[in-house]
Amino acid sequence: MKELLIIAIGSALVNNVVLSQFLGICPFLGVSKKVDTAAGMGGAVVFVITIASLVTSLIYKFILMPLGFEYLQTIVFILIIAALVQFVEMFLKKAMPPLYNALGVYLPLITTNCAVLGVALTNVQKEYNILQGVINGIGTSVGFLIAIVVMAGIREKIEYNDISESFQGTPIVLVTATLMAIAFCGFSGLI
Amino acid sequence: MNNCTERIYNGLVKENPTFVLMLGMCPTLAVTTSAINGVGMGLSTTVVLVLSNMLISMLRKIIPDSVRMPAFIVVVASFVTIVQFLLEGFVPSLYDSLGIYIPLIVVNCIILGRAESYASKNPVLPSIFDGIGMGLGFTVGLTAIGVVREVIGTGAAFGKQILPLADAAAGTGGYVPVTIFILPPGAFLVLAFLVALQNKVRSNAAKKGKKVPEASGCKEGCGSCGNGGCSGKVFPTGNEK
Repeated sequence: MKELLIIAIGSALVNNVVLSQFLGICPFLGVSKKVDTAAGMGGAVVFVITIASLVTSLIYKFILMPLGFEYLQTIVFILIIAALVQFVEMFLKKAMPPLYNALGVYLPLITTNCAVLGVALTNVQKEYNILQGVINGIGTSVGFLIAIVVMAGIREKIEYNDISESFQGTPIVLVTATLMAIAFCGFSGLI
Repeated sequence: MNNCTERIYNGLVKENPTFVLMLGMCPTLAVTTSAINGVGMGLSTTVVLVLSNMLISMLRKIIPDSVRMPAFIVVVASFVTIVQFLLEGFVPSLYDSLGIYIPLIVVNCIILGRAESYASKNPVLPSIFDGIGMGLGFTVGLTAIGVVREVIGTGAAFGKQILPLADAAAGTGGYVPVTIFILPPGAFLVLAFLVALQNKVRSNAAKKGKKVPEASGCKEGCGSCGNGGCSGKVFPTGNEK
């Protein structure tokens, strides 16, 4: 139990997926203009990464390992993730329309989000078992949710500020990310 | 041959993936803690880019249009796996320091972007040179950022100490490294200044009436980016009609 908690906190705060591993920078910069869209995107990422880390762990453990096909992991994982996102989208559309309406538009964007593949590969690299893999997935995606929502909150305030011409847009967002990353460095003593 | 040199010039200068198009930002931020890592990542990406451009260009008349993206992904992922094994076998130190970012070359939008926008429409030879040009452009970009971060962060370049460090114990003066530049926040900061510089150059060029290719990278998010590698052309974004 303690070990699982360490994995979850480690992946959510200490090694934050955006601010210290640089995965999922695209949506972090692109979909962080408003808090509610950022929360929607973050929610969709939590949903997809949790399912993807479960499915990829299962497939790695029960199909690739017994057959000795570990070296195919990159190819298999990216195809699984692409197919999975499409499938989740179709399933949500049929079975849970309210959830689909909240997360639907963000789902396809997630396929090319390197955080999803990153989590799947980290699980293999660190030799996590299935439960640890899923916990790592949840931790990582919650870390993403925290980072993108905090960023959106700051950006809504930045809107009112007077910024020099060259720094308008992406540069000031990156400077904000710098300061957030420095703050997250403070978590490194946590575990 | 003229066409080929034009492709290399295009990749290195006119449409430099790092400085002009702003593509592939994840590896750019993650691996540029030192110049050597930048070179290693750049060259690995170049190899994958050249080989995948070549194969996709060869197969461009065979692959049906409707399944081209999954097909491209399989081609790219295969080459990435090969490169990963070569690095693990022959350059283990680089393999260790790049770690998970080697398999993540698969989702680098430069590679799928070039496959979609160039290799799938052009003959084999220009596609190969397009891959070389874009790859070298990316390598130059990563190396430049890597050198800046390494020099400011450690006072060294390519692992060689070029600025003598201050030694408080011996009482000698010298350079005091700004360690934050080789930590994650430094990556964001360097990139922030890079984009600001680019904005400046763009606005100056616009005043003179010159045209600079649009940055198709991750500035406005995947949904709005015009690059084939990560827009709705790959997977529907839900925004199209």
